[in-house]
Amino acid sequence: MFETLSDRLTQVFSALRGKGRLSAADIDATCREIRIALLEADVALPVVRSFISRVKERASTEEVSAALNPAQQVIKIVNDELIAILGGETRRLRFAKTPPTVILLAGLQGSGKTTLAAKLARWLREQGNTPLLVAADLQRPNAVQQLQVVGGQAGVPVYAPQPGNGVGDPVAVSRDSLDEARHRMHNIVIIDTAGRLGVDEEMMQQAADIRDATDPDEILFVVDAMIGQDAVTTAQAFLDGVGYDGVVLTKLDGDARGGAALSIAELTGRPVMFASSGEKLEDFDVFHPDRMASRILDLGDMLTLIEQAEKTFDQEQTAALAGKLASGEGFTLEDFVEQLAMVRKLGPIGNLLGMLPGAAQNREMLSQVSDKDLDRAAAIVNSMTPAEKRNPKIINGSRRARIAAGSGVAVGEVSNLVTRFLEGQKMMRQMMGGGGMPGMPGMPGMRRASKQAKKTKKKPKGGRPGGSPAGAAGKQPPGLPLGTQPGSAGTGGGLGGLGGLPGNLPPGLGGEGGFRLPGPGPGSQPGPQHLPPGLRGGGANRRGKKGR
Amino acid sequence: MEYLIIIIAIVVGLSAGGAYLLVSSRRGRAAPPPPAPKPPATGAAPADTDERSGAGGGLDLATEAVAEPAAPEIEVPPPSAGRMVRLRGRLARSQSAFGSVLLGLLSRDTLDDEGWEEIEDTLITADVGVAPARHMVEQLRTEVKVTGSKDVRSLLRAQLIEAIGPDLDRSLRVSPHAGRPAVLLMVGVNGTGKTTTCGKLARVLIGDGRTVLLGAADTFRAAAADQLQTWGSRVGATVVRSDRDGADPASVAFEAVREGTELEVDTVIIDTAGRLHTKAGLMDELGKIKRVVSRQADVDEVLLVLDATTGQNGLRQARVFAEVVDVTGIVLTKLDGTAKGGIVISVQRELGVPVKLVGLGEGPDDLAPFEPAAFVDAILGS
Repeated sequence: MFETLSDRLTQVFSALRGKGRLSAADIDATCREIRIALLEADVALPVVRSFISRVKERASTEEVSAALNPAQQVIKIVNDELIAILGGETRRLRFAKTPPTVILLAGLQGSGKTTLAAKLARWLREQGNTPLLVAADLQRPNAVQQLQVVGGQAGVPVYAPQPGNGVGDPVAVSRDSLDEARHRMHNIVIIDTAGRLGVDEEMMQQAADIRDATDPDEILFVVDAMIGQDAVTTAQAFLDGVGYDGVVLTKLDGDARGGAALSIAELTGRPVMFASSGEKLEDFDVFHPDRMASRILDLGDMLTLIEQAEKTFDQEQTAALAGKLASGEGFTLEDFVEQLAMVRKLGPIGNLLGMLPGAAQNREMLSQVSDKDLDRAAAIVNSMTPAEKRNPKIINGSRRARIAAGSGVAVGEVSNLVTRFLEGQKMMRQMMGGGGMPGMPGMPGMRRASKQAKKTKKKPKGGRPGGSPAGAAGKQPPGLPLGTQPGSAGTGGGLGGLGGLPGNLPPGLGGEGGFRLPGPGPGSQPGPQHLPPGLRGGGANRRGKKGR
Repeated sequence: MEYLIIIIAIVVGLSAGGAYLLVSSRRGRAAPPPPAPKPPATGAAPADTDERSGAGGGLDLATEAVAEPAAPEIEVPPPSAGRMVRLRGRLARSQSAFGSVLLGLLSRDTLDDEGWEEIEDTLITADVGVAPARHMVEQLRTEVKVTGSKDVRSLLRAQLIEAIGPDLDRSLRVSPHAGRPAVLLMVGVNGTGKTTTCGKLARVLIGDGRTVLLGAADTFRAAAADQLQTWGSRVGATVVRSDRDGADPASVAFEAVREGTELEVDTVIIDTAGRLHTKAGLMDELGKIKRVVSRQADVDEVLLVLDATTGQNGLRQARVFAEVVDVTGIVLTKLDGTAKGGIVISVQRELGVPVKLVGLGEGPDDLAPFEPAAFVDAILGS
């Protein structure tokens, strides 16, 4: 039961895709679903309401576009609105004309202010500034020490004249810090304040006093991406209490969908300026509204995936891999194992898959894939001889039995793996041959190819040239929310999908017809009951019984 | 399954390879960027065993050093009974909005569809979650239809209480057994208030006349151990900590339990580092902490600390943590803010794990046992 915003929207849109025309009732129904989806992603209710009414209005008044079918139009509207809210105004930090520039951090307890202060300081220092951290959280036990330690890690001096733990006056500390900064020629002062609740008047007054004493150039509201409906109340309380000019989202490395970003940006009109996504000091960056919108819309977070891959893999590996992939032929089981190891390095497989476009739909299947399965596959391959790895076709019955014994799996699993691998190899060749690798890393071709390959596998009868869209649609497993009609899956290039995909491929918006995995059904016996949904006609249909 | 794996491998390979091609073709003349170093494991570096046994002496020293200077100013906290009464006061302060909206709604003579929807919305605003809110409202509607009752309010109250599960066992197992102290493990994502809860809980237990030992197994966050030590010295609880940052948390936890057994304390509370449930490595580390500890004593309670401001993501957190360390209870913190903590309902519904404690503020005594009826009353503003 994964009910994230993107999952819901995906469901909604897949229901829409089938329709040629959109009636008022359709729009209503869609909006109801979008509403629930947004609510489940922790977007605040008032924000949801205004969002929905805007979408509704635009959906009913917008000129009919010839290029898009109505369903896609709704998607486009939702997408546009999301980006408009999230990225309506992005700006950089304002610096004071006469240094020091004062940046004040405020937020609830546990939202990550102290860590963020160090991250921000480090980021600014790397840009050639000389920030000074000020320990004005004298409330929480040992918050001052924490700042001193993280400040040390960031290589930024910390001004902490008071020991904290309830001793000292944060207003005085903040005020004095300005003199200290001038004295020591720091051009930026970052004041870390204690966490406080919006309803705590005394503490809010203290924050306001700090503000008045230091006249900050930027007040940043630090908020946890996991926050729920309370986001708006808190955001408003802080806006009224201290006021702020920008928002920082923290803990974005979790799997919260970040509805709070939408809520706060919409409600207060203050832009989300930074995003913090990890425990290390370098896990900090300016906020990318477009990425957030696509995270919400289930376009998949390919950019992040690529970035992560870049970070993890070394250049030589990737270069070698790219070469092998390009040649198509050279991809052996050895490379496959190497790749599995790379995948493992990238982190838990579940996270990874979540970043793929359309992943939400296949969540159920994907959730069955665990890191252990990867390990098992690696074990199987590792039990092969080098000759077998290079040429899996030589694997016969006795070799299979040996491999199975060596890796501790059933013989069937070995043959499965080999068969699938051969299919994968072929699919890759097709993809390369078909020039399916334009700017974007092969995803488009990949999709089609995988679909074809799947088709190969899943059509036990086979031999039907061109496949049968109707038949395929008819055989969709009822459990999967992927009611894509083959016809609609192919269009929709106008939706800002992944980096300029060829027009005949779905852009991955909502994931329909996009990257899709044939899944092991209950009992993981691939069989006719899980025909991959949304099979598209057109691919040359091959071979009947395969692998099973 | 194999198929999936192959596809995954290929996709990831493609994205890496593609990225490479992309980068190299785009940058052209520019030198390719140096490969970013593989991020070090975010957890703590594993301590090797020799060092650990060496650190054992250090730990002992640390213990004494903590306990002694603290001795003169140890406060004796009041016993835990009757704390929920104060909760009511606090909740009323912040949650009256919720209560009053509901009151206004429920005091209407007849409820039309819009009215029902508003009730649903109100529940949703309390982070109850869409599905549970719908479920409740639907039940409520049926009940009103069937019974013709006008007292929607008490029906709702009954239903909320029922959703919270009043029959669940909410007692904390903090008594020593079989010559070993009771062991409590605090887990949760970052910034929910684990360390603070440890400190408060130690206070409560000491107030009730027990002896407590705190294990600072949060070796990752800067000054976390210091924070715990400050709490410990305030109430006179012994604190076992590593003498360096980044030690293996499992070894600290192990040491804490060993120390606790030796000193014959009643309860050992182990504070762990905050970790996002999406980080497999860190979750494994948590599993290891529990495994290592249970080698010498059963872990009696694993308390998941949830922030009341958390939205629907709280459910996922709870799910993952329950899977890894078998959570036995939930501590709902920061309930003194404007957050309603409605996520509790979903979490209990899904996991069957009861909320055992609530955190109500930064004060040292702001921790109370969870009482469903009082909690709901506070929410409804009665």
